[in-house]
Amino acid sequence: MAVRGPGYLFGMLTPKARGSLSERLFEALRARPDDLADLVDVAPESIDDEQIALWALYELHHHCFEDVDDALEWDPHLLALRPRLEAAFERRLRARWTPPGRSHDADTFADDFFAFVEGHDGASLATHVQRTADAEQVLDLFRWRSVYHLKESDSTAWAVPRLRPRTKAALVELLYDEYGTGDPARLHAHLFARGLDACGLSPEYGAYVDDAPLEILEQNNAMTLFGLHRRLRGAALGHLAAFEVTSSLPSRRMSQGIARLGLAPEMAHYYDEHVEADAVHEQLAVRNICGGLLAEEPHLSDDVWFGAWCCLDLEDRVARMVLAEWAA
Amino acid sequence: MSDPAQSDGVLPDVVLPDVVLCPGGPMLLRGDHVVTDEQGQEHRTTRPVSAVCRCGKSSLQPWCDGTHKVLPAKLRP
Repeated sequence: MAVRGPGYLFGMLTPKARGSLSERLFEALRARPDDLADLVDVAPESIDDEQIALWALYELHHHCFEDVDDALEWDPHLLALRPRLEAAFERRLRARWTPPGRSHDADTFADDFFAFVEGHDGASLATHVQRTADAEQVLDLFRWRSVYHLKESDSTAWAVPRLRPRTKAALVELLYDEYGTGDPARLHAHLFARGLDACGLSPEYGAYVDDAPLEILEQNNAMTLFGLHRRLRGAALGHLAAFEVTSSLPSRRMSQGIARLGLAPEMAHYYDEHVEADAVHEQLAVRNICGGLLAEEPHLSDDVWFGAWCCLDLEDRVARMVLAEWAA
Repeated sequence: MSDPAQSDGVLPDVVLPDVVLCPGGPMLLRGDHVVTDEQGQEHRTTRPVSAVCRCGKSSLQPWCDGTHKVLPAKLRP
């Protein structure tokens, strides 16, 4: 039975399969856990198949599914299957990336980081929403964004216990604001759920996963990959910093687009909150969180840049996919 | 808040300032404060850390909205 949370619903069912692996996996998760042992060596039929299977395996660690036994979160067969999917995905991400040619000086890290993000010439969905998108297109975008925004920051929170004191304190200071400073009504995920509801969309957690294109799944899975693995904590924090640095100005454009189209002010409020919050968070994420990490664990420098680059590249892939879909 | 003078070496050089001037960007204020803007109006902080505009171009005065990043370098704080 779905449980009403602070404004949004939990009680998602397993998503639609996108190939033979995910079909067998979801069937086994739902009804035949004994069959999971047979899936350990099954290769995905396609990247779509791989990504929806991985997304569902990750979801066992988030809110799980109404039609799956909670105990399967730590099923050894699933824990054998998941690393194979993750390894292929991480190899793909690393193959897309060109590592920085020079080592970065800790003294200039913040300036270097802001310049790196500024120099990344990606497609902008927010500019399109601000100026030309129609209401149906923007509602589609909210559906796709909901896959992440309804669990905003949750993957990054997994990094907390793996960090040293300075970095840990800095990350928790930022997350405390993300999570509403103790007020569930200010939780960022909750603000987005309220916005969805006010736009006539479902605020139910995971409601639009079946509509999510591959690029959205990759974007979400990368965050969970980085968050769940202690080894990748540098990438998790680099990703966070790039996300925050690219949030404030686009959020203002999103809010202006929502106003232009006469869409729900509750959704505009979600973006308005991010204009102000992320103008703070970008400074904290770059200077205190990543800066702290590089002071305490300087050997993670390449991973910070890798995570940051993945954030920008995956968003660019989403933006190009969406703009092509809209034939903009 | 750690006092570096009492540091035992476990957390060397950790100083958590209440006010941080970000090069080219806002002023960060940590904790609860009341900021008086140029019109004399008072604004109370609502976050663990707040960013006060220093470039003068923010549309959310007195708070930063990231606008400094689109200004030419010579116009940034």
